[in-house]
Amino acid sequence: MARGKGLSTTLYEWIDERVQLESLIHFMSKKAVPQHRHSVWYYFGGMTLFLFFVQVGTGILLTMYYRPSAEEAYESVQFIMTEVRFGWLIRSIHSWSANLMIATMFIHLFSVYFLKSYRKPRELTWVTGFGLFALVLAFGFSGYLLPWNELSFFATKVGTEIAGVVPFVGKFMVRLLRGGDDVTGATLSRFYGFHIAILPGMVTLILTIHVVLVQRLGMSVPIGVEKAAVSGQKPTRDVPFFPNFFLHDLLGWYVVIAVLAALAALMPWELGKKADLFAPAPAGIRPEWYFVYMFQTLKFIPAKILGMDGEVLGIMAFGIGGLFLFLVPFLDRDPAHHRRTRLFSGIGVFIVVYIIVLTIVGYRV
Amino acid sequence: MNTQPTQGSSSTATPRRSFLNFLLSTSIGASIVAIFYPVMKYLTPPKTGEPATASVVIPKGTELKNNSGQIFKFGSKPGILVRTPDGEFRAFSAICTHLECTVQYKKETSQIWCACHNGVYDLSGRNVSGPPPRPLENFKVNLRGEDVVVSKG
Ligand code: HEM
Ligand code: FES
Repeated sequence: MARGKGLSTTLYEWIDERVQLESLIHFMSKKAVPQHRHSVWYYFGGMTLFLFFVQVGTGILLTMYYRPSAEEAYESVQFIMTEVRFGWLIRSIHSWSANLMIATMFIHLFSVYFLKSYRKPRELTWVTGFGLFALVLAFGFSGYLLPWNELSFFATKVGTEIAGVVPFVGKFMVRLLRGGDDVTGATLSRFYGFHIAILPGMVTLILTIHVVLVQRLGMSVPIGVEKAAVSGQKPTRDVPFFPNFFLHDLLGWYVVIAVLAALAALMPWELGKKADLFAPAPAGIRPEWYFVYMFQTLKFIPAKILGMDGEVLGIMAFGIGGLFLFLVPFLDRDPAHHRRTRLFSGIGVFIVVYIIVLTIVGYRV
Repeated sequence: MNTQPTQGSSSTATPRRSFLNFLLSTSIGASIVAIFYPVMKYLTPPKTGEPATASVVIPKGTELKNNSGQIFKFGSKPGILVRTPDGEFRAFSAICTHLECTVQYKKETSQIWCACHNGVYDLSGRNVSGPPPRPLENFKVNLRGEDVVVSKG
């Protein structure tokens, strides 16, 4: 070994010779992050990614004590909360981080929607991102049942029953999700399998594609900023992703850690009452906040609309909304030339306002 | 790959190649079916041949007060026994016809209420307001001494 070189340099060179770190670092630093007045939105994807890592870490810790059965699930979470040292902290972080992750994901999704970052060549980045959105909601929904308390029991009943509305395969899907005709311990086993094996596997796969696409294509520049740059009015400044922007990202993550620690320590997540299959649904029952707008819609919809079950129409409308978001890069064909593009911004505003208003209403009545 | 037939060898190569393609694609197809068929079947929960409950006895059910209700087990599902303000006994399935939450008796209005989406039924089980699309399933009630016997109608 060469003398005079530091140990870390030697180690770096040893690894570099074998795995070609240099090209990896080149790949990461090639991407430039443009700096402009919309740059703050670039942080939310990274925050969501970071919170996913937090979920994986704390989730794996929870599996050490959690027991997925109707007889033991509630008691095992209680045990984590009261007996296991720092158990309350780990569980609180897992729950709060799940909620923060969904919040940052919503912000990320709508910010790239309004900046029209989905336009060519980033259609696939959008499509994989939408897949992640659906999977993370599934993560939240399946995790919510695991403590086997009253609220989560009924939320799961209603949520899985909704799948039954899908034409032709609905009944089959309900049984597939529940592991039987009703929500029972069999459902809990299944949801545990989804939550800790199937979903993590799928998310990891799609997330990798998503992030590699982002890295290869670089950051999109909003149309207005791009035009100003092309016409020479206001040239954009770039910073390389690695290490410069990565350090900014790191700063964002520290903010997340601080928020998370404060929430988990000051407002430990509650456990509620154990699920009782023979107790009425409690008054004031409500799903997690990110499903409240759908829940409130179901409350408002009349039993029958033009001879059809109201909830079927409502759920179909949400399905169409989801499909619209999924396909938006292929529907909004020409955003760079401003044709029809107002319409898509308008639809986006409608969706956001609808979600916010119904969520607020859901908490007031 | 160039699939345009080239001159000369085309007469023999193309049928052979398409035959190979046929073999390859069908055997891949068969493998996929052979793998996913059992997996799909495995994931579909078996029907547990639970004997359909025809009737249950609610011990001391007659002690229920006027204008109140009580959940009982009808097999593996919840039922609700109701005593109207005039003292009459009625029983229904407690599964809301909207999205399957368990209903409860609401004293203030003498109605059956589902907390999930504010569904309301009257004391005959008819859906009177909110999202439920159908009435609650009705059970027959017989009194036997202090007990109440509930059976499928
Ligand atoms: C590999 C990743 C993950 C593993 C191994 C894991 C594992 C677990 C376990 C064992 C529980 C049950 C303990 C408990 O209820 O506190 C749980 C609950 C939960 N998980 Fe995860 N999880 C993972 C990722 C996620 C993600 C990405 C989300 C995002 C939405 C999430 C959301 C939840 C929620 C909402 C609960 C219920 C928390 C509660 O009320 O206790 N999990 N998870
Ligand atoms: S489940 Fe009863 S009102 Fe919706």
